[in-house]
Amino acid sequence: MIPVPFDYERATSAEHALALLAEHGDDAKLLAGGHSLLPLMKYRLAAPALVVDIGRLSDLSYVREDGDVLAIGALTRHRDVETSDLVRAQTGLLAAATSKVGDPQVRHRGTLGGSLAHGDPASDLPAALIALRGSVVVQGPAGRREVAVDDFFTGFLETDLAPDELLVEVRVPRMPEARWSFQKFNRRAQDWAIVGAAVVVDGGSCGVGLVNMDSRPVRAAGVEAAVDSGTSAADAAAVAADGLEPPSDLNAGGEYRCHLARVLTRRGLEEAGC
Amino acid sequence: MQVSMTVNGSNVSHDVEPRTLLVHYLREQTGLTGTNIGCDSSSCGACTIHVNGEAVKSCTMLAVQADGQDLTTIEGLADGDTLHPMQQAFHECHALQCGYCTPGMVMAAVSLLDEVPDPTEAQVREGLEGNLCRCTGYHNIVAAVLKAAGSSQ
Repeated sequence: MIPVPFDYERATSAEHALALLAEHGDDAKLLAGGHSLLPLMKYRLAAPALVVDIGRLSDLSYVREDGDVLAIGALTRHRDVETSDLVRAQTGLLAAATSKVGDPQVRHRGTLGGSLAHGDPASDLPAALIALRGSVVVQGPAGRREVAVDDFFTGFLETDLAPDELLVEVRVPRMPEARWSFQKFNRRAQDWAIVGAAVVVDGGSCGVGLVNMDSRPVRAAGVEAAVDSGTSAADAAAVAADGLEPPSDLNAGGEYRCHLARVLTRRGLEEAGC
Repeated sequence: MQVSMTVNGSNVSHDVEPRTLLVHYLREQTGLTGTNIGCDSSSCGACTIHVNGEAVKSCTMLAVQADGQDLTTIEGLADGDTLHPMQQAFHECHALQCGYCTPGMVMAAVSLLDEVPDPTEAQVREGLEGNLCRCTGYHNIVAAVLKAAGSSQ
């Protein structure tokens, strides 16, 4: 499987990438690690006229403390996130979820920003970012803006990113004392989650993000409210699928996914100490 | 577009279309056909090679992305007639049946031991998660990786 022909430009800076996006608009796509975009192009579900390779912008690969948040460059590879001592110590849920992405080869290439910008409800990292109440920083012609995770995922494979913007940083609250759990249910090695649940509990407050339970990555707000008001893990998890419309496919029907969401959320809450 | 890279210690340079996948470049333009194409969709791992010492799936990388990088394929592991310890362990443990997945398995296993030099059996199985053996010969493959880990200590 070979993509349709395209022009290729290797960006030398974020500004260079933004200038190319401004010039070519919807005809251009950004290429980071390529593990979301290249499969789409090989299946010919995407056919950009211009691919702008941002994979060498090494100044967008970092993990650093910034006040009460951990700032992670958008081009930080999964491998570098999952092995980062800072990520493990300050936001362990993100390290755990990242270690479940794809397989080692995928994690050597794929990037945190690329996975989030793809906006796939079946991928692991959006749910983790939702649970952690993180945000993303995007850079465009008018400068930088920060978008809370709840405003970022807008639909199936759709995000708040405009065609002329670049995701540059992911920001996650530092929670060294938090307890967390990442529950990923699948039947085959390296597969996407049939359903997943990302849970973090910090003090009395909890965050729950779900994988593959709607057309976009979603927050289990009902579960969070129940836990915050003192409800038991089992009772709180019972509302995990309320109001959600999970897909039905060859792996699982929607009803079964709702069941899985309740079970995985309960297990996650219990593992996180609820 | 002109690309230049190091493959198994040798400098290579060719003109490629931007859409050329790295695995096709290696097989068809450098003539290194030891890297196999299996699923063509970054699932099976048959096309695993090393880029800058780390295992990647060469069906999910463009040749232009490898420009300037240091690549190793299965042909680059042995030292003349002396097999790499991982190849030797696969040989001694009979860690193959049809052999199609073997180049990718070996490359993934070498990368795994670089990152986890003394793995448990569970770590080997997780570390080879990205490589499928349709003969289902996993038992001996895992044994070979554990043997190679022991022999390199």
